[in-house]
Formats: sequence, C-alpha cells, structure tokens
Amino acid sequence: MEKGKANIDYNNPVISITGLEKSFDDYEVLRGIDLDLYQGENLVVLGRSGTGKSVLIKIISGLLTPDKGEVTVLGHEVNNITDKELQELRIRMGFSFQNSALYDSMTVRKNLEFPLVRNRKGITRAEINRSVETVLDAVGLSQTINQMPAELSGGQRKRIGIARTLILNPEIMLYDEPTAGLDPITCIEINDLINEVQQRFHTSSIIITHDLTCAKSTGDRIAMLLDGQFQRVGSFEEVFNTNDGRVKPFFEYNFIQ
Amino acid sequence: MDTATTSSAPAAKKGPSIKQRLASTFVTLYNINKFILRFFKEAFLPPFELKEVMRQCYETGVRSFTLITFTGFITGLIFTKQSRPSLSNFGAQSWLPSLVSIAIMRALAPLVTALIAAGKVGSSIGAEIGSMRVTEQIDAMEVSGTKPFKYLVCTRVLATTLTLPILATYTGFVALLGGYLNVSVNEGTSYTTFMEQVFEPLTFVDFAASLAKSIVFGFTIGIVGCYQGYFSTKGTEGVGKAANGAVVTAMFLIFVEEILIVQIAGWFR
Repeated sequence: MEKGKANIDYNNPVISITGLEKSFDDYEVLRGIDLDLYQGENLVVLGRSGTGKSVLIKIISGLLTPDKGEVTVLGHEVNNITDKELQELRIRMGFSFQNSALYDSMTVRKNLEFPLVRNRKGITRAEINRSVETVLDAVGLSQTINQMPAELSGGQRKRIGIARTLILNPEIMLYDEPTAGLDPITCIEINDLINEVQQRFHTSSIIITHDLTCAKSTGDRIAMLLDGQFQRVGSFEEVFNTNDGRVKPFFEYNFIQ
Repeated sequence: MDTATTSSAPAAKKGPSIKQRLASTFVTLYNINKFILRFFKEAFLPPFELKEVMRQCYETGVRSFTLITFTGFITGLIFTKQSRPSLSNFGAQSWLPSLVSIAIMRALAPLVTALIAAGKVGSSIGAEIGSMRVTEQIDAMEVSGTKPFKYLVCTRVLATTLTLPILATYTGFVALLGGYLNVSVNEGTSYTTFMEQVFEPLTFVDFAASLAKSIVFGFTIGIVGCYQGYFSTKGTEGVGKAANGAVVTAMFLIFVEEILIVQIAGWFR
C-alpha cells in the first residue's frame, strides 16, 4: 500500500526534545538530541544497532530518566511530573515493543483487555468486547482472539502488540523496531499497518528502525542518529542525498540487501 | 621495569574488593527494604486485584497440595519410626504421640511446608517475573498506564502469605496421620486415644507461634521471589539466577526467622 498524504500540523509539536543526553556508565549514548514530532506526523529515527534509538523512546515514555535535557510530551515535561500524571500521560501514548512484549500467560483477548479495564473506570463488558473487536479488526487478526501468544507467528505478535496499544486510543505511537526479525512480505504488511494506524486513528508516531524499506514507506520525515546526535533530518531523499561516509554505506547496504 | 608487564602469563582479572562487596550488600539491603515498604504502600490501597490474588492462591496452594501431602505424611511416619527406639530404651513408647505432636506442630509442619514452598513456589515466582522483566512485559504494563508492581508483586506476596498458614496446618494434619499409622501398627493405639495424646501437650502459644511462623515464611517466600524476578537482568541467564536466588535466599531467611520466632515464643511459655 502506498503511503497516503498525511495531515500534519507543523505548528503543533506533540513531542519536543531539547538537549537530551544519556549515558550508561562511561558510554555516552545520546549526546544532545533536539527533536520535534508534529501532530499527525510519522517520524522515523534511523540508525545502526546500539546507537540509542530505543533509549530515546524509552526516555520519551518515562521508562528511563535522561541525564540532561528536556522532553515535553503533549505539554507535559516527562521528568518533572508526578507518578499519577505520568500514568495518565502514558495512556495517551502507545508503545509497540521490539519483541511485542505480549503477556505470555494471557490469551489475545486478555492481553487487549488488560490495559482497558485498568484505565477506563466503569467500562461495561459490552464496551470492552466492542473495543477488542475493533482493534483486532484494525490489525486484521480477529480469528486469533482466543489464542495464546505462543501460538502466534512473529508478524501476528507484532500486530497484536500494536492492537494492544491502540485499544486506549493513543494520540502518539512509539514503534520500537516494528519490522525486526520478520520476513519481507510481513515487513510490508507491518509498514502498511503503521500507515493505516496513522490515517485511521490520527496518531503521531516515532518509528525506530534500521530498515530503510520501513523508513521509506512509513516516514514523513527521517532523522538519522549517528554518534549520539541527529546528523541529518528531512525527507528520505534529503537524508540520503549525501556523500557523508557514515550515511552512504548505511543506504547502500540496506538496499543491496 | 614493571614486573607485571614482563610476565608472559595473562594478568588475572581482579574481582570486586571487600569494600565494594560490602557496599553492594548494603545497597541490596536498602533496595529490599524499599521493595518491602512499597509492598505495604500499594497492597492495601485500591484498586485491588482480588481476582489475581485468588488465581495466585490457587497456583500457590492447590498446585502444591500433592507434594505437601506426600512430604507431610512421610515426615510424620519417618519421625515417629525413628523416635521409637530411643523412647523404647526408657520404656516410654507411650510418650510417642506427645513427642510427635510437639515436634510436628511446633517446628516441622511450618518449616517443612515453607522449605517446600520456597523450592516450588518461590522459584516459579522468581522465574516468571524474571522472564517478564527480560521480555519487556513489565515495561509494557508500565507504559500502558497500569501498575505492574500491584498486579505482579502485591498479588503474589499476598497469596503466599495467605496460603502458607493453610498449607502448614494441612501438613501438620497429614504428618500426624503418618505418625498415627506407625503408632497404630506397632502399639495398636486407637485414633481417638492418639489424638487425645497429641493435643494434650500443646498450648495456645504453640499454635500461635506456628501460625505466626507460617505467615512470616509465606511473606518471605513471596517477597524474595518477587524481588529477585523484578530486578533480574541479563536475559535468560538472569531468569535462571532469579529463580535460584529466590530459593536460596528464601531458605536462608526461613531458618533465621525460625530461630528468632522460636526464641520469642519461648518467652511466652
């Protein structure tokens, strides 16, 4: 599926990051990151493994604390709010994990119901069922409702992981390596799903990946993370129309593959 | 010239110093205290995960039933069998039911139950929560606006704390049955007489101490298992370590607590 025209509001950043730094022991992972994600935009963060891409979205969601810098999500400074406020903010963000992180001991239905029943007080059984059916339909996996995560394929697990985040109607989606470990056909299906989520649920998304096909087909804007900083930010063509010896091999290797 | 540089043998990797190990132990103790305080802060505030507590009680209690029955019965039977020769030397076989009841009700029932639960339940809690940690399931709960500590830790600790006293009482009962079988075969004592002799030496303090022990042991097994799992790292290796750490630490603490509670109960006798 071709990426449709996104309705992006460039006057309305939903995530603003300034001067973000993060180290683990002596290893500086992020060294002064500045970034804005605009309303309705799909922003792809590209970079090699170990460059701190996942660290970046874990900081955005409050799972990690930065050493320095500010992260503002939907008007709230993530590291300067109470636990309760953070919990409420997280409901407005969806996080799709690299390994899907489905709850092993629960069926697909229970996985989807879990965040819903705990965050929507007074929700009725009929409303829960309707929400579960809607998100399963959105990811095209209605038939798996009573299956356990262990019975699903890698691609199906990714889709259910995305469905679980969609059930709370998030305004922002954070995808951590959505196509990692999947075959090319399933990768295309996941890319299409990311675009469909953007169109249908009007989300703004950060997509962490090292897969250029994913970046090209889902990203409205690409940010290339190298040496702990964004070296190039722009459209796919703008980012790769360069002779930078650190960027070019990344492009060539991906497309030779 | 520096001798270390001239040596052909590879330099041995230096481990952490005693000072570092001591510091790390104190940090761990501080973290455990924080973990326990967090449990008391969160467990008794709404929303309550009652369904999950019941499920965990089933996992802890009902699924340990067969093992507990078998172990309790054998313990009672063997203890009675092994004690008989010593009492026979003094012609005091008639004291056997009293001896068995004191040993079982005061010490063996809670201790044996706790050790079995530490091995079976503690390790499974450590491994389950540990694997949820390394596969990011706990992070997934966190980012979806739910409280993983309440759902995973509070429910399991409450379940082990509530279930262990029941299991220990049951162990005591089946151990006494084992003892009765041996006494009945050898002395032909009736069940009523055996039970009368069993309860004669026992006091309220014995029952209260036994109950207190089971509650403390249950809490220990739950909290240690959860702590080990919740903070496990380094992938599958970490899960193994969490399961192992849950058993070893819980068993060690159970013995320490046993000594302390026996000592305290002694003051009330």
